Amino acid sequence: MTSTPLTLPVDAARPSWWKRNQLRLAPWLFLAPGMIMFAIYVIAPIFQSIWISFYDWDGLGPKKWIGLANYTELWGDESFYTSLKNNIAWLVLYMLAVPAGLAVALFLNQTVAGIRLYKSLFFFPFVISQVVVGLIFTWFYAPDFGLLSGLIRWLTGSNVAILADDRLATYGIIAAGLWPQIAYCMILYLTGLNNINSEQVEAARMDGARGWKLLWNIILPQLGPATFIAVVVTIIGALRSFDLVSIMTQGGPYGSTRVLSYFMFEQALSEYGYRMGYGAAIAVVLFLIMMVFITIFIARMIRQERDA
Amino acid sequence: MFPTPVQKAPAWVRIGYQILLPAALVLWLLPLLGVALTSIRPAGDLAAGNYFGVPSYFAGPENYTAVFRDSHIGQFILNSFKVTIPTVIGAVGLSCLTGFALSTYKFKANLWIFFLFVAGNFVPFQILMVPVRDLSVRTGLYDSVYGLMLFHTAFQTGFCTLFMRNFIKTLPFALIESARVEGVSEWKIFWHIVLPLMRPAIAALSVLIFTFVWNDYFWATVLVQGDHAMPVTAGLLSLKGRWVSAWQLVSAGSIVAALPPVAMFFLMQRHFIAGLTLGATKG
Repeated sequence: MTSTPLTLPVDAARPSWWKRNQLRLAPWLFLAPGMIMFAIYVIAPIFQSIWISFYDWDGLGPKKWIGLANYTELWGDESFYTSLKNNIAWLVLYMLAVPAGLAVALFLNQTVAGIRLYKSLFFFPFVISQVVVGLIFTWFYAPDFGLLSGLIRWLTGSNVAILADDRLATYGIIAAGLWPQIAYCMILYLTGLNNINSEQVEAARMDGARGWKLLWNIILPQLGPATFIAVVVTIIGALRSFDLVSIMTQGGPYGSTRVLSYFMFEQALSEYGYRMGYGAAIAVVLFLIMMVFITIFIARMIRQERDA
Repeated sequence: MFPTPVQKAPAWVRIGYQILLPAALVLWLLPLLGVALTSIRPAGDLAAGNYFGVPSYFAGPENYTAVFRDSHIGQFILNSFKVTIPTVIGAVGLSCLTGFALSTYKFKANLWIFFLFVAGNFVPFQILMVPVRDLSVRTGLYDSVYGLMLFHTAFQTGFCTLFMRNFIKTLPFALIESARVEGVSEWKIFWHIVLPLMRPAIAALSVLIFTFVWNDYFWATVLVQGDHAMPVTAGLLSLKGRWVSAWQLVSAGSIVAALPPVAMFFLMQRHFIAGLTLGATKG
């Protein structure tokens, strides 16, 4: 038998400075490395870009303050409106990925042999790089040897060069972009469907709910979180569209497929010249558009945190 | 289960579904299958107009060796690995720390810092482009794998922090609290208690970040110029410019470039999907 000692260790009565302040300091020490990196490469550049947008700058020489001149030039630049119009087309048409992804998910939400492999193969387009997607579709659309043009020729007897036609090119690129985006939405919905409350579904079935009615009244409300994320990633994807435009048409023909992200790159860093200030002004416009959606997203997160 | 399982449906639906499934898959992957087929087609077939038919012989070995022999694609792939692997380690490592801080401590700025990470993660790349390029030029990191790696690490930390913070929130907080009562130091709580429980999140994030960074094209063109540092996405495009009509080579190159993330996906499928769909079920 041993008795427990009744005296406390001496230093426990008078903890060191570090011990007393540990809880207050620890979060900042844990945060520091990540926050410093993020501040240097993400937060600061946003403000620097806004600042640069008020200058005339070629990226090397001295900067010249020109106030709002970049923005007034943008206001009268026809390419800017083409890009803006295309960005809206991207945003609207890209949204098709959400219902299309849901449709594919509903189609695949079965338990037959080999369904797991089917699901992963349907997801495939999302895993490969947009560069490869762009090359695949350039080939798919190519006028003489592309698979799609071959099909159209076989069906209608006429030749269509989608990416060389300034009325069709943007839609051709958006279609290419939809391919991986639908796959992404599909996987979100498959996960959502997996976690559906089956008792509720069975109860609704008992009450005679079927098909569309069941989907609309019982299933979709339960898929709310999946829908929200699908919409968010699709909006971001649409506004970030750069890779496909750059690979498939380089903004052509006649600049008809430019979007703000590509237009910015072209102005700031390509053979058209190094107009960093003007490019930054375009980026600021794109940033403000994105900020609308970011704000909505964050507002929802704040509400969630408050409920939690 | 919704829709109704086909097993409960009449026979014709069951059989119809079994036929429709592979047909839909072929249609869905048609562009990809076309490219895969082109990559094993001999150059002569394309010149003779045999674009869609059966290849006159299997030219896979000759096309794929030609890609590696006549281009720097081997170097490009190596560069991609040099950028991607340190980025995965860096971003996941940093976000283990930030995620832990934001999920377990109550302090005033907590939520605001968290939202800063989340918002930063969604900004368009173009708003960062000019300053980041300028910074890289000034620090001598322009046109090197290190410049790309550092940028990706910093940027991906935003998404990773969102992910890690939400993941740690689901862990039982009592565990941490009782350790504190025992007088375990904060670092030891992180290292010995929380980190081992984060393994699934680390795995999920690693595959996701690997794919994101491997597939990046924008920053590869902005921060790199020469072949010595060029990742495979940007490199592939320079090949397309050089092999204007040699589609069998461009196709083979595309397949090679796509292979590592595809392999990663199939090997770590469960983690990949768990990472991607975080938040799709709750919240």
